[in-house]
Amino acid sequence: MSDKEPQPFGTGDPYDFLGIDTLLDDEERMLRDTVRQFVRDRILPEIADWFDQGYFPVDLAKEMGALGLLGMHLKGYGCAGTNAVSYGLACLELEAGDSGARSFVSVQGSLAMFPIWKFGSEEQKQEWLPRMATGEVIGCFGLTEPDSGSDPASMRTRARRDGSDWILNGTKMWITNGSVADVAIIWARTDPDDNDGGSYAGFIVPTDTKGFTANDIPKKLSLRASITSELVLDDVRLPDSLRLPGVNSMRGPLSCLNEARYGILWGAAGAARSCYEAALDYSKERVQFERPIASFQLTQRKLVEMMVRVNKSILLALHLGRRKDRGQLTSAQVSFGKMDNVREALWVAREARSVLGANGITLEYPVIRHMNNLESVYTYEGTNEVHTLVLGQAITGLNAFR
Amino acid sequence: MNIVVCVKQIPDPAEPGSLDPGTKTLKRATKLILDESDSYGVEMALQLADAAGGGEVTLVSMAPNNEVSGLRTALAMGAAKAILISDPALAGSDALGTAKVLAAAIKRVEGADLILTATESSDGYTGTVPEQLAELLDLPSVTFAKHIEVSDGVVKVQRQTEAGYDDVECPLPAVVSVTAGVVEPRYPSFKGIMAAKSKPVDQLTIADLGIDPSQVGWAGAGQEIVSVEQAPARESGEIFEDDGTGAEKIVAFLENLKVI
Repeated sequence: MSDKEPQPFGTGDPYDFLGIDTLLDDEERMLRDTVRQFVRDRILPEIADWFDQGYFPVDLAKEMGALGLLGMHLKGYGCAGTNAVSYGLACLELEAGDSGARSFVSVQGSLAMFPIWKFGSEEQKQEWLPRMATGEVIGCFGLTEPDSGSDPASMRTRARRDGSDWILNGTKMWITNGSVADVAIIWARTDPDDNDGGSYAGFIVPTDTKGFTANDIPKKLSLRASITSELVLDDVRLPDSLRLPGVNSMRGPLSCLNEARYGILWGAAGAARSCYEAALDYSKERVQFERPIASFQLTQRKLVEMMVRVNKSILLALHLGRRKDRGQLTSAQVSFGKMDNVREALWVAREARSVLGANGITLEYPVIRHMNNLESVYTYEGTNEVHTLVLGQAITGLNAFR
Repeated sequence: MNIVVCVKQIPDPAEPGSLDPGTKTLKRATKLILDESDSYGVEMALQLADAAGGGEVTLVSMAPNNEVSGLRTALAMGAAKAILISDPALAGSDALGTAKVLAAAIKRVEGADLILTATESSDGYTGTVPEQLAELLDLPSVTFAKHIEVSDGVVKVQRQTEAGYDDVECPLPAVVSVTAGVVEPRYPSFKGIMAAKSKPVDQLTIADLGIDPSQVGWAGAGQEIVSVEQAPARESGEIFEDDGTGAEKIVAFLENLKVI
């Protein structure tokens, strides 16, 4: 079919209505198709069981590494070095599988590898990044604490100088991959006198260091196919060679979060797409009153609202991705994408659930799994509320939360 | 060890295909992808080259247009380079015409120790090109390989049969067709995908290969598609109501079919 031929009235591709595919280059499409196939082969057949059992198969890390998913947008040190749009497309496809798989990749690449890549010494990069890119070494990121979420600068974890070493004490909470990580990036407060005038420092903490423990958080009803832990640091002694030398302020962890949020705004669009497609397929098969329910006006409205939101979310993600590749993306624009795409995805998931009726509440279909996952995504990596206030500040010049 | 893999780019089987009423063949104006049945040969070649400690995997393909997207997939998996014979005169080529073109292209690859093909393409299904190729290249042919090893200039093949497999050995160079069970194809890695675009794809016409247009395409085809018919609608099956003799009736039915 030629692109130039006008489409007959009332037709369109339900799976790519706006023809967003044509905005990607061949390389981006091949990469996207590869991740989609990987998700189809390795995640979708088992995800319902993993979610049901509260299990994430850590062995997937090496397969993801072989593909090039881990730290894929970083240059050098065994990383693939793709553009930002490709990283986004991979996040979209992974999260169309499950937010847990995308979270794993976000944490490994953007939260654990990125700070080493950006703020680490050459020796630290050589030591850690190649093994993290293959999935041999799994990382996690410790910033949030039980009493310090949206206001991370209020953290209580402290790093105290002791001769040439540092002693870390504190507790980190809601840490993805915590108990399976080989290495944790831990952010802590410091005395400016010990830290070139800085009040915060990041440390590369091997998780077998004495005084480090990780406890899984049980009874989650969201992101069940993902490991979430509490990290306890009890007099953890580290040499200064494990401190990230390139940063001594909150700019460090916040720049990591900005990277991860960029992936999330793509991922949410993937979860939304999966819900919309499930509702579309179901509504054409499900017959009531002797007609497919897709033929009812109320259902059509739901399907169209979902389709429009999915297409807008992907367009927004792609626009922000192109800006990132040109070096023009601001953190407030990332807030725009994270805030809007996640809330739209949640809206789509709930609408899709209603189309599927009772079937929508089982793990036979992806919808309620995405819906539950998105409740976490709505809050983590900057809550919807904080991103809203970041945008409010950006357009008024007035800070509403400090 | 240098290995040539013959690959075909076909319309995506996931998209609904249609026939051109004029030529009575599949419409190929859509985007073409790597035939999945060729991905096994590509993977096998990459593994054999690895096991031999080096060597190049070269793809050979032909297409009436200059489509390369399927070749890029195989290059992203790890093949080193590709030769694409692309010529409007190739439209309508039959299996022998295809084999002539592929053979002429393979002769240009220096030091090819092994030529791998699929057993048949997923769109044409003639299943005869591998043997024709071997004849034209004057090489031994081993078909339906489910396992391949190479050592000391000899290829050892487990050849799939209905009952099991035959162990076959033959000297290199040789033409071997592989089944879908021979190896599990890898996903193209991101590094591979990014490297693929700078790998050489040598685009040739039949004139470059010294082939006369009368030998290929519609002009050279030894076959003609006379007509294309709808597949007959499947007849409805026989329904037995179980009145206590259902089992006997089923047994009698199956005996009649000579399946028990």
